[in-house]
Amino acid sequence: MGRTWNNKAWFMVLPVLLLVAFSAIIPLMTVVNYSVQDTFGNNVFFWAGAEWFEEILHSDRFWEAMGRNLVFSAIILVIEIPLGIFIALNMPKKGWGVPVCLVLMALPLLIPWNVVGTIWQVFGRVDIGLLGYTLRALGFDYNYVNDPFDAWITVIVMDVWHWTSLVVLLCYAGLVSIPDAYYQAAKIDGASRWAIFRYIQLPKMNRVLLIAVLLRFMDSFMIYTEPFVVTGGGPGNTTTFLSIDLVKLAIGEFNLGEAAAMSIIYFLIVMLLSWVFYTVMTAYDAER
Amino acid sequence: MSFSWMAWTWPTAAFFGTIFLLLCGMAVWEYASPGGNPRIGVLRFETTRGDRLFLSLLGSAFIHLAWLGLVGPNLWWALALSVVYAIGVFRYV
Repeated sequence: MGRTWNNKAWFMVLPVLLLVAFSAIIPLMTVVNYSVQDTFGNNVFFWAGAEWFEEILHSDRFWEAMGRNLVFSAIILVIEIPLGIFIALNMPKKGWGVPVCLVLMALPLLIPWNVVGTIWQVFGRVDIGLLGYTLRALGFDYNYVNDPFDAWITVIVMDVWHWTSLVVLLCYAGLVSIPDAYYQAAKIDGASRWAIFRYIQLPKMNRVLLIAVLLRFMDSFMIYTEPFVVTGGGPGNTTTFLSIDLVKLAIGEFNLGEAAAMSIIYFLIVMLLSWVFYTVMTAYDAER
Repeated sequence: MSFSWMAWTWPTAAFFGTIFLLLCGMAVWEYASPGGNPRIGVLRFETTRGDRLFLSLLGSAFIHLAWLGLVGPNLWWALALSVVYAIGVFRYV
């Protein structure tokens, strides 16, 4: 029997396609157009070819920001994913504790990025901030304004505080979907706590973990608002990530061509790394 | 409606035109031979025609960037290398 073709679904997808075209494809095309030209404003452009790309690829500033971004994302994933799994495993599965934990977990996610930055900027201040003042009182030489290590710790802890909940909620959703029969079978077999985690819970969380890793990687690699509000990219350039550098270049220096070239390289790297994460995790899932 | 704010140039228009034609070509190919021709190639995981096009385009972008950073601004050789790479991806991945 021949296959039935029903193409009505394409019409349902059309509104989304139009929306994506206006919000993503057209701006992306414009950025590509800007990346090969130079402008001094007033919609007047001069052809520059691949010059901006060459300049970016030979710029120490770009590679240093890239290195900082990669280190930051790696630290974030290494902390947030295991911590999120650990918290989700220890959250109650029934009773009054469930809504309480879910609300507590959702709270940091509801706070806008710039507010999170402001909270931690004040929180970490050594003169009036609870964290900064307490650390100083305990004898720690903490000052995120002029110590690069302290600035990094502050930005990392802030991100962990803000986003681990997302990993927790995703893992929790994966965990509660596991039927009781699996646990009963494990109990009959006398499986250890580790064996239950390794052979029942982790495989069942695999898909949500893939989403969590991808989201956390992309978000942390594109982080802008929180570190910008807390440290402004400083001290010096030690917390200047790619996005902060990009905004400095585009808006601070009005160097639109170079900023567009940098955006495209940045975009390609995000796409490549996301593809690698996605492929590795789905291939691992398929193998099992 | 004026699109001057998009700062179009002939080379970038040709670039996007080529991408559009590639996508149209893929659609026609899919219509002629539905299913995406999934297979396991040298990367040891399943890829469809769409995956192979994505890998070709992304890889080509990085070949051009690497050429620009390591060799120089004459990108015709990078383009030739990208075509060879794309053929390799469609044949072996």
